[in-house]
Parts: sequence; structure tokens; C-alpha cells
Amino acid sequence: MTDLSSGQGWVRTKDAERLPPPPNMTGLTGWLLQNLFNSPLNSVFTIVGAAFIAWIVWGIIDWAIIHAVFTGENRDACVAGQQTGAELGACWPYVWAKFHQFVYGFYPFDQRWRVNICFLVGAIALAAMAIPSVPYKKWNAIFLLVIYPLLTFILLTGGNLNLSLSTILGIVGLLLLSALAVPVMAFGVEDGIRRNRLAIALAAVTLAIFLLSLFISMPVINVFGNFVSVSTLLIVVLLLAAAVLSIAHEASSRDISARSALMSWIGACCAVLAVLVLVTADFGLVPVETQQWGGLLVTLVVAVTGIVASLPLGILLALGRRSKMTVVRLFSVIFIEVWRGVPLITVLFMSSIMLPLFLPEGVNFDKLLRALVGTALFTAAYMAENVRGGLQAIPKGQYEAAQALGLSYWKTMNLIILPQALKIAIPSIVNSFISLFKDTTLVLIIGLFDLLGIVKASFADPKWVSPQTASTGFFVAAVMFWVFCFAMSRYSIFMERRLQTGHKRRGI
Amino acid sequence: MAQASTQTTTPKVQAPEKNEAGEVAIQLVGVNKWFGEFHVLRDINLAVEKGERIVICGPSGSGKSTLIRCINRLEEHQSGQIIVDGIELTNDLKRIDEVRREVGMVFQHFNLFPHLTVLENCTLAPIWVRKMSKADAETLAMKYLTRVKIPEQAKKYPGQLSGGQQQRVAIARSLCMNPRIMLFDEPTSALDPEMIKEVLEVMVDLAQSGMTMLCVTHEMGFARQVANRVIFMDQGQIVEQNSPLEFFKNPKSERTKLFLSQILH
Repeated sequence: MTDLSSGQGWVRTKDAERLPPPPNMTGLTGWLLQNLFNSPLNSVFTIVGAAFIAWIVWGIIDWAIIHAVFTGENRDACVAGQQTGAELGACWPYVWAKFHQFVYGFYPFDQRWRVNICFLVGAIALAAMAIPSVPYKKWNAIFLLVIYPLLTFILLTGGNLNLSLSTILGIVGLLLLSALAVPVMAFGVEDGIRRNRLAIALAAVTLAIFLLSLFISMPVINVFGNFVSVSTLLIVVLLLAAAVLSIAHEASSRDISARSALMSWIGACCAVLAVLVLVTADFGLVPVETQQWGGLLVTLVVAVTGIVASLPLGILLALGRRSKMTVVRLFSVIFIEVWRGVPLITVLFMSSIMLPLFLPEGVNFDKLLRALVGTALFTAAYMAENVRGGLQAIPKGQYEAAQALGLSYWKTMNLIILPQALKIAIPSIVNSFISLFKDTTLVLIIGLFDLLGIVKASFADPKWVSPQTASTGFFVAAVMFWVFCFAMSRYSIFMERRLQTGHKRRGI
Repeated sequence: MAQASTQTTTPKVQAPEKNEAGEVAIQLVGVNKWFGEFHVLRDINLAVEKGERIVICGPSGSGKSTLIRCINRLEEHQSGQIIVDGIELTNDLKRIDEVRREVGMVFQHFNLFPHLTVLENCTLAPIWVRKMSKADAETLAMKYLTRVKIPEQAKKYPGQLSGGQQQRVAIARSLCMNPRIMLFDEPTSALDPEMIKEVLEVMVDLAQSGMTMLCVTHEMGFARQVANRVIFMDQGQIVEQNSPLEFFKNPKSERTKLFLSQILH
């Protein structure tokens, strides 16, 4: 630099040599020096930490293998060591004897093949879905989300549902009511409502009659051998009229969007009816009450249903919370805040004790079903906040670019915003999945035996009472939970890496 | 009512003389817009003919970007009329969608979709809005990617491209919708100097093909080369408009003179 001030420039004539890095930067030694022994204090920490880990690992190996009992017919094998005063290890024969119970609970012995089929089909389909190179992802998704739940429902419960007349009427009524949505789907909210005023008025009258019939008992008449109240009959007739009005309009219209809306409504109705037929059909399976389910089966049913139901619900709630429509936003905010503000135990208690008080007499939901709905809605509230976190990270420019290209709100969300937002939210979404998986243990308090519940229940078996039974049982439960949670965690990290497309420049 | 009176008092001050042959592509009549209390667009009157190329310039905060964002309804105006390609912009969502299909927009920060490849960025709207088949959309996208001179980048993600390349992809993405009007919102302001040229070349090429263009930019060389008309905005108003030759040689208002003296060195 001093040269410059004296007026002399300087030009490099020969390139500086490119040298390899010094040896203590690379290889195993380099890594150790940089990460574990880069200062005297850190070296001390490394040694102390390593000693601590060795102590823990040795303790586990000592307990689980060296001093453990591996064979035996009953508790005698596990207490034998106690008399001689030797150190006690895990009581594995107890686990061998009870493992089937840990998995199936009290599911009848001769029917356990049904559970096995569900496990096997689910595992194969899920693996095929999770491995990116396996083709037919779309069909697999349809199978996993539509056919598989139906299959498990029929296999596990035995199907052959006995629906009451009022349930069937209720479903038919809702189907007819959903026809009102057809013009809205075809022509947008404002135009759809304007074109369909008469049908909406009829639906409003129906609603009024329904509310009235809750308080005033109506005369009952005989229709085809069934006794039906006048109000019910009136409701069905009015709804039928409203549905016909809504649909007739579409059927006569030559508009393509009207036709497609009508077709999708008919498709949806057929699907609902098909499901109804399937769950009520008799496949000759012995019915198994959910009271008899237990163990890993219940844990998986609650966790998987919660995961599958809470994600879409959570996405809708998150979008609702950011919506410009005040009513939608208010509903979402209230829903999220109420469910988030209540402990899961309270939700489960409410669902098992309070809910039956509100329901009309004779209507009785299964205990497991109520727990499922409770956990799904509870998790959905958390999921909504996870997804909202992802949504907020998306720059405004993405919305604007999508709008400027003419994409509608839902297309913008589906194609542009949600793929990016969900990717950002993967860590927190999986976090919620994992905590849901572990929270399933709370169903114990409403009398359902999940994996942990069944393990605890087995401690009471006098055949296996020993000082090490409880610790062995808890150890097995912990390992089983950990395997599932760790698998979810690793898979989420894999997906994060795989979906990493933006922000980094590669290959240039 | 207050706006109505302002409209009647100053209707023709800024209205351009009608070209007999020209059809009107965009017409703004007495447009006003507020951000909260702030009156960001004040009594904007502007008619853009088909095939016309307009450059809008002005100091920052003068409402230039807001003006062109009103044209495809990224911003809502509170009074006055905006008619694009014969369709008046109102709250009617269907009309807004129709207008957006005909109007392409290029943003300062490109706003490419980072989770999609360059090709997917270009085919997305043709497939989902124009209902084109995937194969047709890809052919179309490759045509426009070739036109902006980056067909070889089609399989890459936006994050792997330079700023200039990204902006050219953004232009190609807009063109894939076959728009009749293109809006440019400071397309070169976020670019490094050596990349500005490649984007401007694409824009000049587009201008020469007869596209109706509205361009907010400070590239005065570009304005001289392709614009039919230069509009100068300040404090939410159109202060001066003229042919580029006259605009740069004989700016009439004091504010224009001051602005030009600051940006032309």
C-alpha cells in the first residue's frame, strides 16, 4: 500500500500456489481436534461426557443382558436370583409371555389374523407411500386415505353395523342438504345463492321445523311399517324439494362448471352411499367390541386416526384464521383457542362423561370413537398453528405472482402456498405428530388400554409378579414408543432434505 | 361526491389526445386510491392504446407501482373507473380473473415459485388456468424460454439461477399466458448491473413484437429506445407526460426537471 502512495502500481505476475489444507484440519484427527479436543476445557468435558455415556450404556447392558433372565415358565425364573442375593436383571420370559397382549390387548385369540392383516397391509402401503421411487403415489394415497380406513374398520370391528332409522334419515337429510352447495360450487358464492333462493328458503324452513321438533313432540304415523314422526317426514320432503330445485337448475344448464359441480356432487353422494352399504353389509366376521381392543393396536388406531384427521383439519383452520372473511376467521380463532386452552385429559374426560349427557337418548357413540374425535380435534388446533407458522413465512410476492397469473384462491393455496408452507412447517408438524403419538397413553384414564395401559395392567398378573417385572415392562413400552417416534423423526428429516429446492444454488 | 366534483373540474388536463386508428387497451378515469389516511393515487386519468409502450417514472413513493398494480387488481382502487381490455374492474371476482388472464405482470423481485422448476413455473398457469394439456403447455413454455434465451435452464430450480436469469424466467412465465398487456414493476431494480442488460434486451425484443407494455422503470435508456410515451408521476399524480424525445429534452414542469437532473448524470 505504501508503494501506491509513492506513485508505484503493482501487478501480480505469478499466481499464488494452491496448497492442500494443513493436516490437522482433515481426516479423523482433524475432526477430533476441531470438535472434541480444541481446548483444554473442552477436552475435560469430552472425557467426562464419554465416561458418563459409558456408565449409562454399561448399566443398560448389564441389566438387560448380563444379569437378565431369558427363559422360564413363570415368575419363579425371575425371582430365583433374589434368593441367592445376586444382582437382578430384566425378566424377559415375562415379555415373551405377554408380548401378544402388548400388541393386541384382549382382542380374541382366533380373530387376531384380522389385526395382522391390517398391520401388514398398512405397513406395506405406508412404506410404498414413503419411499419416493415407488410409483403410483396417487392411487396409493387414495388407497391409504379411503379404502384402507374402510378395510380396517370392517376388519377390526367386524362391520355389519346396525344403523338406526334416525341415523339413516339423518345421513340422507345431510346428503340432500349438501345439494345446496352445488350452485355455489358452480357459480361462486354470490351468484350461486342468487340463483338458488327458493331452495335455500326451503332449507331454512326445514331447519326451523327441525329445531321445533326438538322441543315439541310431533304425532307419529306409520310409513311402510316404520313409525315416523310427522316432522321427520316433513323435513325429508322439504329437503328433497330443495335438493331437486338446486340440482334441476344445474342439469338444465349447459355451463361446463355447472355440469362438473353436479357430477362431483353425484359422485360424492354415491361414495357416501357405498360406504354406508359396506359398513352395514354382513361379511360373516365375528363382531369385536372396541372394549376388547388394546395394546399397540389402540395406540396405533388413535395415533394414526389423529394424524390423518388433524392435518387436513389443521390446514383448513390455519387458512380460516388468515381468511379475509370475518365469520370464518372468528370461527377458526375461537376453535383453535378453545381446544388449545384445554388439557387433553379434560377433552377425553369431557368426551367420555359429558358428551353422553348432551346427546339425545338412544344415541350412543363408541368410547374409542369419542376418544378418536377428541384427540383429532385437539391435535387439529395445534396443527393449525404449526401450519399458520409456515404460511406466515411465505412472502407476499408469492401470492401476488399467483394472483397475477389468474390462479384462484384455492389453486393458489394448493399449488403455490401450501406446498411451500407445509415444507417449512414439517419440523413442527412432525413434532405434533410425535407428541400426539405419546399422548395416546392418556386414553387410559377413560378406560381404554393402550400400549402403556396394557403393560401396566399385566403387572397385576400373579403368575409374573417379580421385582423386575415392572421395570422390564416399562422398558419394553419405552422402546416400542421410541421406535415409532424416532422413525417419524428420521423420516421428517429425510423429507426436509428431499424437498429442499430453493434458496441454495447448486451446480453452477 | 367530492371525487365526482374533482373529476368534472379537471377532466382533460391529463387525458391524451386520441389516436384515430388506435384502440384503447387500458383506460383509467378519475382513479383515486388511499392507503388508510394516505391518498396514494390522486385523480389518475390515463388511456393506453393497443400496442403502445409506456414508461412510468418518478421518485420513490410517487405511486407508480401502485398505479400499475391497480390495473390487474393487486391493489383495489376506491373511486374512478379502470377498464382493461373492455372489462371494468369491480369487486366481481370473475371479471378480475378475466382481466388477470389477459394481463401479465413482472415483479421487481421476480416472485418465481421456488418449489417448482423453471419449466413448471411456466406451465403452471397455462395448465391450471387455461386448461391446456401438459404437453402443449411444455411446448409453449419452451418456446418462450427460448425467446428469453434460457431454454437450457428449464429443468433447474429458480434458486439455482442468477438474478437476470430469474427475471427472464419471470417474463417467460407471464408470456406463457399469451397476455395482451404486460406490466413491468421495476423489473431491473433488484439486479446487479451486469444483469440489467440481458433483461432489457428481452424487454426490447418484446416491445418490438408489438406488445402493449406499461413499465415502471428508471432505465432511461430503455425509455428512449422503446417508449411511445413517458409518464412522470409525483405525489400520487401524473405530473407530466410526453414523447421520450421531448420529455428528456424539454421537461416542462419544475418537478420533472429536478427529477431528471437527479437521475441523469
